[in-house]
This record gives sequence, structure tokens and C-alpha cells, in this order.
Amino acid sequence: MSIATNNIAFNVDEIRKDFPILNREVNGYPLVYFDNAATSQTPKQVMDAIVDYYSNYNANIHRGVHSLSQEATDKYEGARRKIQQHFNAEKAHEIIFTSGTTHGINLVASGFASILKKGDEILVSALEHHSNIVPWQMLCEKTGAILKVIPMNEQGELIYESFEELLSEKTKMVFLNHVSNALGTINPIKKIIDKAHEKGAAVLIDGAQAAPHIKADVQALDVDFYVVSAHKMCGPTGVGILYGKEEWLNKLPPYQGGGEMIATVSFEKTSYAELPHKFEAGTPNICGGIAFGAAIDYMNRIGFEAIARYEDELLDYATLKLQEIEGMKLYGTSREKTAVISFNIEGLHPYDIGTLVDKMGIAVRTGHHCAQPIMDFYKIPGTVRASFSFYNTKEEIDRFIEAVKKAKSMLS
Amino acid sequence: MSKTIQEIQEEIVDEFAMFDDWMQRYEYMIELGKALPLIDEKYKIDENLIKGCQSKVWVHAELKDEKLVFTADSDAIITKGIVAILIRAFSNHHPSAIIEADTKFIDDIGLKEHLSPTRANGLVSMIKQLKMYAVAYQTQLK
Ligand SMILES: Cc1ncc(COP(=O)(O)O)c(C=O)c1O
Repeated sequence: MSIATNNIAFNVDEIRKDFPILNREVNGYPLVYFDNAATSQTPKQVMDAIVDYYSNYNANIHRGVHSLSQEATDKYEGARRKIQQHFNAEKAHEIIFTSGTTHGINLVASGFASILKKGDEILVSALEHHSNIVPWQMLCEKTGAILKVIPMNEQGELIYESFEELLSEKTKMVFLNHVSNALGTINPIKKIIDKAHEKGAAVLIDGAQAAPHIKADVQALDVDFYVVSAHKMCGPTGVGILYGKEEWLNKLPPYQGGGEMIATVSFEKTSYAELPHKFEAGTPNICGGIAFGAAIDYMNRIGFEAIARYEDELLDYATLKLQEIEGMKLYGTSREKTAVISFNIEGLHPYDIGTLVDKMGIAVRTGHHCAQPIMDFYKIPGTVRASFSFYNTKEEIDRFIEAVKKAKSMLS
Repeated sequence: MSKTIQEIQEEIVDEFAMFDDWMQRYEYMIELGKALPLIDEKYKIDENLIKGCQSKVWVHAELKDEKLVFTADSDAIITKGIVAILIRAFSNHHPSAIIEADTKFIDDIGLKEHLSPTRANGLVSMIKQLKMYAVAYQTQLK
């Protein structure tokens, strides 16, 4: 990784002007927002899209013959196509709008209830967001399938050899995240997808943490399902997508019944609508979908390569600086990681550090980050997690380091 | 004649009023946390854990001469400071006095205002737990 290869096209001062929230104060200090892995901030361009929708063409979609409805439908479907292009899906109807990553995972897991038989196996990684393990546990209870866990090593990386050992003809589904939310580890998903396919298993990748940093190409990855949330990539909350290969989406039963998802209805028989509507029951988050499209446009204008390069610089800088603090212990030290630093200081509780740095205007996350199995692995109650975005700066990192030092001296 | 809960609360409010900024307040809370008498290890069990806090908080209650005595601990020092304040106000009183006690002093010392929702919830859970103990022991006294 190269440090300080200043990318000329990338002007962080200009970018920061797009994010009004970065100007606010918290507890009397200018806000430093380092909780990007929980949710990202929203640029003006995305807010404009939201205001534009409600000001100019708010209407229900796919139903009305009137012009507003047409316009809203066009914009919504336009957003779907933007997202399709962004993830390089072959077909637009392989993009299903959801309320977010969690919804996407549940949709697939519940669909697999009609596919799995007793004794079939599902592999999940030890790096998962624990709320996302629950749908698979529920699926196993329902079907008699068996859940197996791919273990991790001290660096916070999945042990590939163990995955190979666990994988067998019985494996029907492999579920893991592209990037771990607690540690930032980038998993070798291509290698895992290819290997899983050799045994005929489907692969669902949770791209929630990867999407803000890495442009995934679902065709090149040959992934069966890929899920993301808009709110982690400059979009609004409550909207996301599920990408699924057409053949898989046709195989899965609908998730919810309601309007939009049917073709014809009678009390004897209802026939389901074509993709993607089969999975989009009810009036969707129209504005959210359109704003998601605007967020994707925004990030692509900056460029994912430039974003990754700049964030790597921030990560290297912060890692170096933090390690100068005595008693510092970093968790998740894979060479392949996004701009997330999880740490503890010897003898101090992460909650105490988080509380005090917040008093100094700095937003970080403390706790188990919904990844209790990882915390159990390291035998810790939690960590302090700082997660950076392309609108953060080295000056903010300096302030953060000072705040951590001050908290440490207050607590020791 | 020992002080009433009300009087102790006023004392605490006065102490906190002497500080000009959050730094001093938190430094004081950290000090209080460090000074909190240790709880007997045998009471640091799951049954004594208070839910709703990001850090672990154990509270043990015991009746001594018709007065309820609390001991507590936490794995986080600021939380321990908050617990220390609560114990100072509520411990060593008759259960009925604890049940009736007002908790407005939390606002008055600027604690609630300075605690985020998750932490404030922890604080609320702590107070609720102390009062629940009081209710439980109250019935024993009758
Ligand atoms: C890896 C990962 N998966 C899933 C989720 C859940 O996303 P959402 O709450 O938007 O459904 C998160 C968010 O915290 C995450 O980090």
C-alpha cells in the first residue's frame, strides 16, 4: 500500500462541501464522524433527489396511467438500471429492491426453506454480523438442515483450508460477508464462490460493508446472491437491493404476498408476477430507491478506485498513529481490509473510551458490533471501532488520536 | 440522625455544580468509580447483572437492620462512577424510602443530559433495579 500518493483528482475539501452535516458541532467541538461502518453520511446530491421526488413527482408506481405515476415509475426503474450497471448484473430484473441487507438475507433464507432437506448443510463464516446468522438458524430449525461455521484466525481472517474441509456434496448454501463489519477484513469471496460451485452449493454474499469501498462485479464473481444496504453508501436508510441470478430468483418462491407481486388473482389461484415484481410486494420505498440511484451516481462520479486509494491512506495513517499509544491492541490485522480499525487499550473498557471521545466531538462505535462470536473469539467484551470514509481527513484522525490519548490519561 | 435520600441527593447536586465543564465532571465520576468499595466476588453472577447497559453492571442488595444496603461493580469505570452516585443516594435506607425516592437529581447534576440514549437507558435500568430490590425487601419486612 502506498502512503501519500496524493491523488490530484481527489479533493477532499471539495467533497466535504457536499456533506452539510460535517459542519455541525457536537458537544462544543466540530464533529468528527468515524462511525461510517454503521451508516454513512448523506451528500446534498442525494438529499436533492429526495426533495425533488416529493416536490415534483411523488406518485405510486407501476399502477397509474397518469403522468406523475409514469414519471415516478421511470425514475424508479431508472434507479434499478443504474444499480444493475453498477454491480454489472446481466439483467435489470435480477436487482430486487429491498428494505436493506437484512431483508435481502431473510428473503433468500426463507426461499431456501422449500429447497433444503433434512441433513443438508449451510456454511456461514465466523465473521458474520450475528443478526444475519439468525435467519439461517431459523431455516435450519424449519428444515432440519445443519449449520456449520467457517472458523477465523487471530488476524481476523477466515481459514480457507477449514472452509474446504467443511464443504461437501451436502453443502447447499454458503453465506458470508464480503467485508467484516467488526474488523474490516476483506474475504477472498471469489475463491470461495468458485470452490462452493464445484460442489453445487449456492453462495450468498453480504456486501453491506463492501459496497461503500469496493465495486463488486456480480458476473465476474459469478455470485448467486449479493445483498447491500443503501445507507452504508451515501444513500438513505430503509432501502437496499438483493442481486440474484435469474435462474435462482425463478426457483425461489415469493417472500411476501401483496400488491405488485401478482399477475392475476382469483380465490382459486393467483399467478405471480414476473421478476423483479414477484419479490416486491406492496408499495416500495420509491423515493428511497431513486435516492439510492443518486447515491450510486455520486460515488461513481468520485470513483471507487480513488475512494479506495484515499481510504487506504487514511487507514495506514491512523493505524500507524494509534500504535504509538501504549497498551494499544488492534483487532483484525489482515493485510486485506477496508478502512476500519477495531481496538482496545490494555486495562480500559471500550465503553469508557467511547464515552470520553464522544465528549470531544468524535463519533466512534463501541461494543460488540453485532459480532459477538468475534468478540468471544478474542475473549473481549467489545472494541472501539473507528471506520473511515472518503470524506474524512488526516486532521480528523489527529484529533481522534489526541482524544484517545486524553481519554486514556483520564482513565488510567 | 442520618441524612435522608433527599438530603444526600442535594449534596451530590451541589458537588456537581462546582464543576464548570464536562471534563471535570467526568474526572470526578471516574474518581468516584475508582473509590467504589469492592463487591464480594461471589455476587458478580449473572443473576445480579443489570440489562440495558453496554458495560456489565452487577448490583447486590442485602437487608441490615431494616435498611437496604447495595454493593455494586462494573467492568467500565465511568459506569462504575454512575453506580457509585446511585448507591451513595439510595444505599442504607429503609426500602420504603427507596421506593418513594425521587430521581430528579440525575437531571440536576447534568448526568442524563450528558448521557447518550443507550447509556441513559442503562442509567434508567439501574435505578429501576435498585427500586425493584427495595420493593422485594419491603414485602419481607411486613
Ligand atoms: C456486514 C453487515 N451485514 C448486514 C448489516 C445490516 O444491514 P441493515 O441493517 O441495513 O439491514 C450490517 C449493518 O450493520 C452489516 O455491517
